[in-house]
Amino acid sequence: MEHLTWTGALSPLNLFLALAFGVLVLAILVQMVLSLIPSGSSRAVYADGTMSSDQGLSGFVGMILQYALLTTLGIIALYVVAGVLMGPNAGIIGGMSQQLLPVWIALIVTYAVSITFKRKLGLYGKMFDSTVGMIGFGLVMFWVFAGFFGGVMDWVTTHDTLSQVSGMKNKGPGTPLNGAEAGDYQWFLLGGDNLARDVFSRLFDGAWIVVLIAPMATLFAFMVGITLGLPAGYYGGKLDTFLSFLANLILAFPVILLFFLLVTPEIVLTGIPNYMAAILFFFPLVFFYVLLNSRFYTQPSVRTPLLIVVLGGLFWAYLSLISNDGAIVSNASYTLPGLPVFLDWIRMPSEILVVFVSVVFVNAPTVFRIVRGLALDIKTRDYVAAAQTRGEGPWYIMLWEILPNARGPLIVDFCLRIGYTTILLGTLGFFGLGLASESPDWGTTINAGRRLLSIYPHAAIAPAVSLLTLVLGLNLLADGLREESLRD
Amino acid sequence: MGLFILRRLGVMILTGLCLTFIVFWLTNLYPNLEKLAKTQGNFRMSDEAVSSYLGDRGYLEPLPIKFGQWLGVAPGWVTEKEDGKTIGRCFSEGTPAEERRSFCGVLQGDWGQSTVFKEDVGGIVATRLALTGKLMFWVLVLMVPSALIIGVLAGMREGSKMDRSLSTVSIVSTATPEYVSGVIFIAVFASSAFGLKWFKGSATSAMDSANFENFFLPVLTISLYGMGYIARMTRASMTEVMTAQYIRTARLKGVSFKNIVLKHALRNALIAPFTVIMLQIPWLLNGVVIVETLFNYKGFGWVLVQAAGNNDIELLLAVSVVSVIVVLLTQLISDIGYVFLNPRIRIS
Repeated sequence: MEHLTWTGALSPLNLFLALAFGVLVLAILVQMVLSLIPSGSSRAVYADGTMSSDQGLSGFVGMILQYALLTTLGIIALYVVAGVLMGPNAGIIGGMSQQLLPVWIALIVTYAVSITFKRKLGLYGKMFDSTVGMIGFGLVMFWVFAGFFGGVMDWVTTHDTLSQVSGMKNKGPGTPLNGAEAGDYQWFLLGGDNLARDVFSRLFDGAWIVVLIAPMATLFAFMVGITLGLPAGYYGGKLDTFLSFLANLILAFPVILLFFLLVTPEIVLTGIPNYMAAILFFFPLVFFYVLLNSRFYTQPSVRTPLLIVVLGGLFWAYLSLISNDGAIVSNASYTLPGLPVFLDWIRMPSEILVVFVSVVFVNAPTVFRIVRGLALDIKTRDYVAAAQTRGEGPWYIMLWEILPNARGPLIVDFCLRIGYTTILLGTLGFFGLGLASESPDWGTTINAGRRLLSIYPHAAIAPAVSLLTLVLGLNLLADGLREESLRD
Repeated sequence: MGLFILRRLGVMILTGLCLTFIVFWLTNLYPNLEKLAKTQGNFRMSDEAVSSYLGDRGYLEPLPIKFGQWLGVAPGWVTEKEDGKTIGRCFSEGTPAEERRSFCGVLQGDWGQSTVFKEDVGGIVATRLALTGKLMFWVLVLMVPSALIIGVLAGMREGSKMDRSLSTVSIVSTATPEYVSGVIFIAVFASSAFGLKWFKGSATSAMDSANFENFFLPVLTISLYGMGYIARMTRASMTEVMTAQYIRTARLKGVSFKNIVLKHALRNALIAPFTVIMLQIPWLLNGVVIVETLFNYKGFGWVLVQAAGNNDIELLLAVSVVSVIVVLLTQLISDIGYVFLNPRIRIS
């Protein structure tokens, strides 16, 4: 097998791509400079009172920019489409594109369905009106699907993520597999890392860890922040002072120091993360209890069965989340029994639990401050006064009057915060904290690759660029959502 | 105003005490102490040896007493060993009896002894802080002006092509954490794989003599992540100012666009970014830790990693005291500075 180049049989296109891209960059720069100069385009006023003007220089540059952009995107799309058809004949990009076929199909289906029904889908549908939002959503969904098809279904990955292949150590992208047999995928598409494992497979396997933990941790942080922030903002007074002091206390901690203190094997031994998990993960239960109870407590015949079902399910999930091998805390001196193993349907190894808990712990105070600020603002509105006059209870007002009206900023912040959580997870991995050293998640992979960075950078660059695109996608998505939610 | 500062100082001291107590508690948990004993003594110590090692050195006293000793409000531990030697927190074996103090803690200016570096903690923190100070100075020199320029240029004509291009740049830069941009910069500009060996991939030599070649990449890496955020805040504040009534009045009077931006809008637009910049400084600490690890620059962040990795209790406490002071002080400065910059706000 030959060594693959990046674009293989499509290499003649590279020149055009470089040309189009060069023109694009140049046009953007020229346009930025031109926007400083006031345009003196000539305007002609006609006898019937209409007016027209030519495009002028900036219009001309704008046109060039548009064509250059279209050409660049067109050639890139051509690489991808041709790659799906030709596979490794179209080089590394072709090979990757063919492996990612399920992801492309899922993306196209998502977009087709969403755009068709976008008027019926509320804020989600409105996002498809903004280009920025669509690009961001595309990037995010790419990684979600890639993580799902790569990490769960194993359709994207080409090799086992832990097996080491002799002779593939630190080999560059596109190296043919040493001693490949007929059934094997014949190349290491993105090369081998310093332990001779396939970078490409590890990248997509690790994507699942990232796209699973980051949103879940953010969700828990939001539950904690909302449950504490609403009463702090609504009641004010001593409660607010106390909770705000606690939040500021955690925020004054340098994040990295907190991670170094919390996410160590020694702390895991003491069981502190388990206790923190037991406290932090209890907040969603409180949240849903208050949410449903405040809405339906006047109709006991609806409320009681509803609460039993919802809270029962949540409590089971809660117990199986915090217990591990039949114990909530288990260390040398004592054991706190938890859910028996056969009922434990969420497998959460203790090193993932500690990462999860510390990320929730770091994020929750910021969410608390945002929710508190929003509650302080919204509680002065007329509809809150109306609800108070109607005789609604304080929790009903907080959860069913204030919270729905704070959803816009909260959804936007949720997207931004997932990005930030992804960065935090990467930071943990970068310092080798928490997750096992052979874990394929991006932070750990960057950490493993950085020692040989100046000689073999490919092993660290692949996860670095992936993390960049995922966080960028989330930021763009948040921007698009903000734009669209401000519009109504 | 005086009362305000006094109250803030009170809250600061309370916060600082709480935080150091949390650090103290976490580092003094038994598994951590056991690890400390084993790294200081030897790894095959028996459990009895570990507890006698820890007991001799005062680690097994109750937590509040140990914390008091560290603060300097409780007398330091003194142990008489079986062979008649006396060791204590505040003196070594050779110190004559009359010079032995009973109190030595932070209040007496004694930060303790580092178990990793075998040196005085105060000295280590001072030298390392100086090195990080150098890094931070250049980061601020690079980051603040460029972020302000990008923000002002983007915000002065909202929705223009310039605005869209620069906003994209700042979104990309906020999405690039230091360990990503650092890795990419080293790979592109300092590795043999791309062949552009413009800069050095390690900043160790910059500790003595910093020059453009060995210092630019770490500075750029830290600046980039904070730059986007400050630029976006500046842009938001600039666009808000540009829609204000007095700007419209100036336009209607026929003031040129250049003068409107420079003389009328800029001053008011820079109030909000000042707060953001001050609050960004503690966040830079994260970047400093990552970049110093990545570029092997042995400053404050590197010390933090070493102290935390080896459970060096007193060094870690000093490090956290310094970082907590930085956080709280920048908050205070940003609040007070905001009042001075914005005469519409009065603190009662």
